[in-house]
Amino acid sequence: MVVFAIASVTSRMILRSVVYLLFVLCAIAGFYFLIDYNYLAAIQLTVYAGGIIVLFIFSVLLIHHIESKLEVASLGRRILVGLASLVGAGLTLSVIWAHPFTVAENSARSTEVRDIGTGMLSYGDGGYILPFEVISILLLAAMIGAIIVAKGTRLTIKD
Amino acid sequence: MDFTYTILIPLIPLAVFLILGINALKIKENVAGIVGVAGLLTSTILSYYTAFQYFFKVGKVDGVYQTFVEQTRWMNFTDTLHIDMGVLIDPISVMMLVVVSTISLMVHLYSRGYMHGDQGFTRFFAYLSLFSFSMYGLVLATNLFQIYIFWELVGVSSFLLIGYYYTKPSAVAASKKAFIVTRFADFGFLMGILMIGYYTGTFDFMSLNNPTALQDLTSPIMQHAGITFMGFSVITTALVLIFVGGAGKSAMFPLHIWLPDAMEGPTPVSALIHAATMVVAGVYLVARLFPMFYFVEGGIALEVVAYVGGFSSLIAAVIALTQHDIKRVLAFSTMSQIGYMMMALGISGYGDVEGLGFTASMFHLFTHAMFKALLFLGAGSVIHAVHSNVLQDMGGLRKYMPITNITFLIAALAIAGVPPFAGFFSKDEILAAAYESNQLLFWVEWVVAGLTAFYMFRLYFGIFWGKDTVYKHAPHESPLSMTLPLMFLAVISAIAGFVPFSQFISPDLVGYTTHIHMNIAAMSVGVGVLGIAIAWIMYKKESDIADRVSSAFGFLYQWTFKKFYIDELYLFITREIIFKRIAQPFAWFDKKVVDGTMNLIGNSTVDASKKIKGLQSGKVQDYAFAFVSGVVIIVMVFIYFMN
Amino acid sequence: MILGVSIYEILTVTTLLFFIGIYGFITRKNLISILLSVELILNAVAINFVVINKYLYPDMLQGVYFSVFIIAVAAAETALAISIIINLYRLVTSVEVKATETMKF
Repeated sequence: MVVFAIASVTSRMILRSVVYLLFVLCAIAGFYFLIDYNYLAAIQLTVYAGGIIVLFIFSVLLIHHIESKLEVASLGRRILVGLASLVGAGLTLSVIWAHPFTVAENSARSTEVRDIGTGMLSYGDGGYILPFEVISILLLAAMIGAIIVAKGTRLTIKD
Repeated sequence: MDFTYTILIPLIPLAVFLILGINALKIKENVAGIVGVAGLLTSTILSYYTAFQYFFKVGKVDGVYQTFVEQTRWMNFTDTLHIDMGVLIDPISVMMLVVVSTISLMVHLYSRGYMHGDQGFTRFFAYLSLFSFSMYGLVLATNLFQIYIFWELVGVSSFLLIGYYYTKPSAVAASKKAFIVTRFADFGFLMGILMIGYYTGTFDFMSLNNPTALQDLTSPIMQHAGITFMGFSVITTALVLIFVGGAGKSAMFPLHIWLPDAMEGPTPVSALIHAATMVVAGVYLVARLFPMFYFVEGGIALEVVAYVGGFSSLIAAVIALTQHDIKRVLAFSTMSQIGYMMMALGISGYGDVEGLGFTASMFHLFTHAMFKALLFLGAGSVIHAVHSNVLQDMGGLRKYMPITNITFLIAALAIAGVPPFAGFFSKDEILAAAYESNQLLFWVEWVVAGLTAFYMFRLYFGIFWGKDTVYKHAPHESPLSMTLPLMFLAVISAIAGFVPFSQFISPDLVGYTTHIHMNIAAMSVGVGVLGIAIAWIMYKKESDIADRVSSAFGFLYQWTFKKFYIDELYLFITREIIFKRIAQPFAWFDKKVVDGTMNLIGNSTVDASKKIKGLQSGKVQDYAFAFVSGVVIIVMVFIYFMN
Repeated sequence: MILGVSIYEILTVTTLLFFIGIYGFITRKNLISILLSVELILNAVAINFVVINKYLYPDMLQGVYFSVFIIAVAAAETALAISIIINLYRLVTSVEVKATETMKF
């Protein structure tokens, strides 16, 4: 995962970056499968790998000369940012490794989709009906916004 | 007796100045003239009333003149040292009120005719009122600082009035010269004031001049008189410095260079300021501080005064012999007569008849103001008619200007010391006082009296007799507005000598009687008549005796004509030494170092801001970077330093 | 939980993914590349939620829900971002970051 991620971030050609990201996403889906969250893995594959990557590829094709090489930032900037990221990563890792996580022994129970669905639509404690509705409104707003932005200047009323 | 109404005397001209000054462009000539004259007439009437009340009604208690002081605290330096503003009524200040009022009123009336048609008429009257206010304030001052403030104000008025014709470069230069020279002298004055204030703890005249305190060796003043500085006591040095200030204002050698150039101003200005009132401010200052001058260290400062005065009067009389410009002759004559007054103060004693020098000096101040103003106004009348200042352009004017002729003659006789005119009495008292005290100065002044008579009658004969010049425009007598003051002043010059001055003015404030010393009177009248006779021979009819005499004197004549090259010497000192060696390095320092530092601060601020504005680059990625690094740093701080 | 894999190792991976995403976000000069980096960051966060849920609180499902919502929001946001980029491309025929630097000093 990490190798593909680094490759995605440092590649000089756009399409290759997108493809590397696809590989990362697939790896993440595989990881979800390992954890036994099948539903989540499926969502990941459908929405992310299927939808978003396709969206990226379409936009890349619309905008770019694919064969041209991308510019990269100056070397000094790259080193500086790399250093900062390494420092941050080191800091976070040191904190994580110093913390004693109490891993709960579980009974290897796999989660059912039924449970996920019930939980998402339940009213009582632990129910997620409100975020569910909010998300749907958000998606609606996103759709409308995308349409308006994509339409461009012809939205003004003609006299 | 309440003399608080005297505060109105200076305030009325101040109000007139403000009214005329602020509305200078809107007020017409007639209105300005009437307003100015009316204001000053009110002040004059108040002054005369004050004099009448003081000298004849309420001034004396047991034969000693009382000093009335009304003052208010103006500013505190420390708990005990403070500056007051107020009025001080005592014999010499009342006398000066009368002098200043009379002369100023005459000049106001005269100016209505002389400056008629001039564009800056209103401005002129505004300045005249400003000057009157300043002079009144100076005369009525209760302490050293108040007199200094009004001293500077008088200097400013003089500057404005000398430079009245501001489009003429020579007038502008003359006004600058006057102001700078007097300012330089005032620097000494200020040092003297500060020293006295510091060592005696007071500026007030009443405390400083207290005769019992001055004769008592344990009083604060005399205690400090013992502290020596370069061989003289501190108080003596301070008094000499104060005298330097007075010498600058009164045009004593070597600070006299501004007075001849000040004649660039209009003639009424010369009459008012540079003959009768401002230039006697120095004499008034010494008279005001006379007890201090006399008692401190046996009167060493007073000797300085006497010798400076004597020397100045001699040198001025010699220079006046050769000048061509009639106003310059009168200017040097003024310097010479003020030298008389200073010398008379310098040799004066204190009690009873010994105070004759003081009385004579004040008397001469009074009479001199009258006839010198008359001389100047008469000269103005002549200049107005002939349109030239130079003696050579004039002659035979007695046929055209009779009133000016007679009044000028009366004034000339007065200044020459011919009885029964006023000058005889005052000059005789001065010479009598000198004879008793200091024989050297007596003989010097006797010679000067003769020279005075000579050059004055050279002037008179040269203008009104001498050659019969043919004029391009026939000169006519001046209008009534100009001749009326001439006549009034002539009457006073004639009869003022009979006033028994010593009853009113004396250093210890007790009146005494004087009488005429016949032998001294005979000597002074004799030398005066001799001077007149020589002038008669040389100048009454057109002849070349004068030219032969002047060429016989050769280079001495040249030197005197050039005023002993003192002006050139001053120019050399200032240009070569002060400007080049002292002022230029300072200017360089100011430009390069001081300005450079300021510029450096400004430029470095600009440079720093240019570097910092790169933070607002508009690039989102930079902002994200700052965001992330900030978070990392804060987390590090929390984890590692806050536990 | 996955046998043999401790929570620390997984958290290490997600941390690395996160910081790689940040590096890419700050370093890249192409707007679409920046978006790719943002996707990386969001994914790392989603994995974090799931892992902690599975290893420390296996009885609850909160982590799963959060991840679902994160995926949904990320999708919406990416769609809108692409449309804005395309609009920008219409105005200035470039998708470089340099073109968006107008709000500076």
